Amino acid sequence: MIPAPFSYRRAGTVEEALDLAAEAGEDGKYLAGGHSLLPLMKLRFAVPEVLIDIGRLAELSYIRDEDGHIAIGALTRHHDLEYSALLAAELPLLAHAAGRVGDPQVRHRGTIGGSVAHGDAASDLPAVALALDATLVARGPSGSREIAATEFFRGLFETALEPGELLTEIRIPKPAQRGWSFQKFTKRAIDWAIVGVAVQGGQVALVNMGSVPMRAAGVEQALAAGAGPADAAAHAAEGTNPVADLGASTAYREHLARVLTTRALAEAASRN
Amino acid sequence: MSIMGTRVLRTEDPRLITQGGVYTDDLRLPELTGAAYVTIVRSPVAHALITGIDTSAATEMPGVVAVLTSADLPAAPEGGDPTAEPLLAADRVRYVGEPVALVLTEGRYQGEDAAELVSVDYDLLPAVPGIEAALTGETLLFPGTENNILGTGTAGEGDDVNFGGCEVVVERTVVNQRLAPVPLEPRAMAAAWTGDRLTVWSSTQNAQLARGAIAGAIGLDPALIRVIAPDVGGGFGAKVAVDRDAIAVAWAAKHTGHAVRWIETRSENLVGMVHGRGQRQTYKIGGTRDGRVLAYHLDVVQDCGAFNRLGVFLAQLTVLMAAGVYDFAHAGASFRAVATNATPIAAYRGAGRPEAAAAIERAMDDFAAEVGMDPAEVRRINVVPPDKFPFTTATGATYDTGEYAAGLERVLGAAGYPALRAEQARRRERGDTVQLGLGMSVYVEITAGDMSGETARVVVDGTGAATVFTGSSAHGQGHHTAWAMLVQDELGIPMESITVVHGDTDAIPEAIGTFGSRSLQLGGTAVVQAAGVVKEQARRVAAEMIEAAEADLELDTAHGTWQVRGDPASALGWGQIAERAGPDGLAADARFDASAPTFPFGAHLAVVEVDTETGKATLVRHVTVDDAGRILNPVLAEGQRHGGIAQGVAQALLEEVRYDPDGNPLTSTLVDYAAITATELPSFELVASETPTPINPLGAKGIGEAGTIGSTPAVLNAVIDAVSHLGVRHIDMPATPEKVWAAINEARAAR
Amino acid sequence: MKVAISVNGRQVEAEVEDRLLLAHFVREVAGLTATNIGCDTTSCGACTVLLDGESVKSCTVLAAQADGHEVTTCEGLAGADGQWHAVQQGFHAEHGLQCGFCTPGMMMAAVSLLAENPNPTEEEVRTGLEGNICRCTGYHNIVRAVLAAARDGQPAQEAS
Repeated sequence: MIPAPFSYRRAGTVEEALDLAAEAGEDGKYLAGGHSLLPLMKLRFAVPEVLIDIGRLAELSYIRDEDGHIAIGALTRHHDLEYSALLAAELPLLAHAAGRVGDPQVRHRGTIGGSVAHGDAASDLPAVALALDATLVARGPSGSREIAATEFFRGLFETALEPGELLTEIRIPKPAQRGWSFQKFTKRAIDWAIVGVAVQGGQVALVNMGSVPMRAAGVEQALAAGAGPADAAAHAAEGTNPVADLGASTAYREHLARVLTTRALAEAASRN
Repeated sequence: MSIMGTRVLRTEDPRLITQGGVYTDDLRLPELTGAAYVTIVRSPVAHALITGIDTSAATEMPGVVAVLTSADLPAAPEGGDPTAEPLLAADRVRYVGEPVALVLTEGRYQGEDAAELVSVDYDLLPAVPGIEAALTGETLLFPGTENNILGTGTAGEGDDVNFGGCEVVVERTVVNQRLAPVPLEPRAMAAAWTGDRLTVWSSTQNAQLARGAIAGAIGLDPALIRVIAPDVGGGFGAKVAVDRDAIAVAWAAKHTGHAVRWIETRSENLVGMVHGRGQRQTYKIGGTRDGRVLAYHLDVVQDCGAFNRLGVFLAQLTVLMAAGVYDFAHAGASFRAVATNATPIAAYRGAGRPEAAAAIERAMDDFAAEVGMDPAEVRRINVVPPDKFPFTTATGATYDTGEYAAGLERVLGAAGYPALRAEQARRRERGDTVQLGLGMSVYVEITAGDMSGETARVVVDGTGAATVFTGSSAHGQGHHTAWAMLVQDELGIPMESITVVHGDTDAIPEAIGTFGSRSLQLGGTAVVQAAGVVKEQARRVAAEMIEAAEADLELDTAHGTWQVRGDPASALGWGQIAERAGPDGLAADARFDASAPTFPFGAHLAVVEVDTETGKATLVRHVTVDDAGRILNPVLAEGQRHGGIAQGVAQALLEEVRYDPDGNPLTSTLVDYAAITATELPSFELVASETPTPINPLGAKGIGEAGTIGSTPAVLNAVIDAVSHLGVRHIDMPATPEKVWAAINEARAAR
Repeated sequence: MKVAISVNGRQVEAEVEDRLLLAHFVREVAGLTATNIGCDTTSCGACTVLLDGESVKSCTVLAAQADGHEVTTCEGLAGADGQWHAVQQGFHAEHGLQCGFCTPGMMMAAVSLLAENPNPTEEEVRTGLEGNICRCTGYHNIVRAVLAAARDGQPAQEAS
């Protein structure tokens, strides 16, 4: 329950963070809210030698209406997303999902950037970012670049971020279709989703149905072709690769994906 | 007016609420200054030979005080019990988490660093991960034994139950799954030498038993050991006395001469602290179509884990209590207790009785479904009627008092059972996705079954204050409040002037402590008896002081004064009398040995909603009668019922210790072990019921475990009831969403 | 490294290991042992304290992250005059604790919950405490305690 020894560095600016990361090389990890990284370090599943604390980069914590899209600083906490009036109005899917991450204490520390950069297919916000067609903005030694969410999640805990690159902003277009739903299925309220479904209009993303968060392409195609919720949801498990683990078997996850997608689509339709 | 039976808030609270309790790892005593931190190196494999331990790298790490293995322990005597459990694994490990070495460090944080440097060579052996593998006998845990059976036993007609005359017989094999107790405070221990005495601070439910266990295990005269139980953050039976991990820590203090302190992590706790339950049960229940059960047989295979800590004893309790609240003409039960490569199993809230209740209450619902009758009606027909007490069951238990049918009626009435059945019918008719399930239990359990008595000492000093030294050992139960109530009632000394002391072998050398819901009936009675002796001592002294006959004196408990009857001017206070009695005031010891155990009982009704598409069951209402005789303080009794119910619900719906086929634990963190939280539970509806027992002067039975025993079967029965119209007859615990979904699919496919 | 953290209004400065968890800073450096550690996976909430007035699990915060910030623990809940916080009163009045091990963390979570939602429903209390495990009480009286505090106290009152 005690992390292996490491050196702590604190960044005062984004530039400093990048410099410290370059210096640490592959021995370094960014520390934001710490609620993905520290639990791993306490069990010694992760043993970085250098932690670069970016938690005080206030310039990376914001939620802004930028004319056609919402810009969210990577260090914006789940709690702030949950209670944002702007998000309640423009991106209720994100506000609602953020309010379901972990528990209140976790939400006071965890950040959207930390969650997205961690790239856990079982986490809620990566799938929500996919459902909302987010663009991830990253700063590296060679400058800034934008990565579409659909290109961002590469593999098991693997994202498109290069070593040392810092996620700075999550940019989300204001949805054309207003209907939304977030269905998170758990045994206990604090558990990670056994399966989760995020819907925004005709866009459907799945939590914990494979090694990466994914869009339910089969469902989206059926919807685009005019299928109703139940018929479209029948395609929910297509192209997925859910694990069999303590939480559920593969067959049960596939079944849940269909059931939850049906419910999510129906709820989204009721919100249109 | 007597304080007995009134709602009194806890005297324990102010300190706990403002400063927090002082649990073992909170101790900042001079004796523990500079104590070395102990970290235990544990086996990462379930079954293996230890072919080498290299401690050199660990020993050389800066901050390491010592690294100890079984090689440092005194050699075990020849010809001992081959299934005996060592302090540290010597040549073989038998469960993941088994202690292999101790690392002592100067700093707390260095412990895990140093433990990682201890290198142990394991030669893997095939694992016996559970009951089925143990029974095949293909791999034996103990060389030289013939099989993995650590004990057997029977009750009643054993395996020769007479099923003659049965028109209907139902037989089923069910699981009563392994559970982890999860007290919020993990195991902890500290030890230091003062002169030639070893002082041990242990998170224990039994300081005196712990002293005996430590003394025997490390070869020290018990007179040279003092055991203190600081505040204990929950026990639930899992902290009875001390286990090998804690004893090894105490031994480390003896061996090195160094003060030591130890607290385990939660991950260690989930594999290193004893587990509970763990039975495979096969019941056979037979009777006639009018709902009368004629015969019941229960076969139990008890998973003991790698060593027989309490497995055999638990199974003995299960077979003893197998017949439950029912008057069966024929009943019998038998058990085999087997060794497996898993954490040893011992007491966990209910300890053998939840298993019995779960089996018979499931069987009764199963039988009711077979004969097509309402499960409440089948129970009514078969429970022991109130005029037959004391009642000896077909499996050999003699129940003192009980009102089983009345308890069921009160719970059904409070729940509004007919209206609930009507709602269920409506939802079935409509084919709602969310169906309603009603499940009940009528249960009985055995408390203070150890028959070892309890001690108390009551002292009144020259200020008129009283001190109670109790053999009982609270770890959340509120004994200090309760015992103060008893003394106020007996002596008229106000609660604010009463101090209760427990859990220190110097202050209370002889005692048993707390488990098996024994404390009020045994420890409380001892307190009352000791107070009674003090009262008579006071009468004699007061008579002298007032120069009156003892028979003319009365104790005014409302004011705490002694006086000649009808002459308030003669009144003397406790302080004056105690001062006159001598420099030690008034003092009396008592020991109460009950003539028999007592048998609390009750009935639970659980209302669940099951989402038939996902299989998820939600408990929406839980109504109970838990009758533990005369209630001293309803606040405390209700709290015990709430806590017990929650743990029982958790077994039915959520919690389970799981191992993979190689004996690796899959549920070794609180992420994976689904300890129940507030969001999975409703508020409970408790119905008051008091059927006193004649076994002790308080009329009290034990309330601590009753809620757990009654709730598990009621909730499981409710989940099954919710989907019984789809053809489901049984679901094994925990009734997780996937299990319910699978059961629905299977039933549909069978139609 | 050197950290300076205000704990219950008192500045505590110390040279600590970089990896020191805030929970251990509170318990060992600041010497306040009411805050307990019950797990190693950020599950149980026994270690909950307020960080700048918001509940956090101190086992999953580095002391370094709390450097320069304000921490409030159970010991800092009562007023300077010793008067109990409404949450403390509620826990006592409703028998919301038994062994007491989860209680400091539970109360701090409740304080934070009521600061954000002064009039919660029963369901909101249960969800608001989802990050705190109690093994003794079955939560029934904890819920009553928090509702009592909301009703009878001034839930927005700052802890000193």
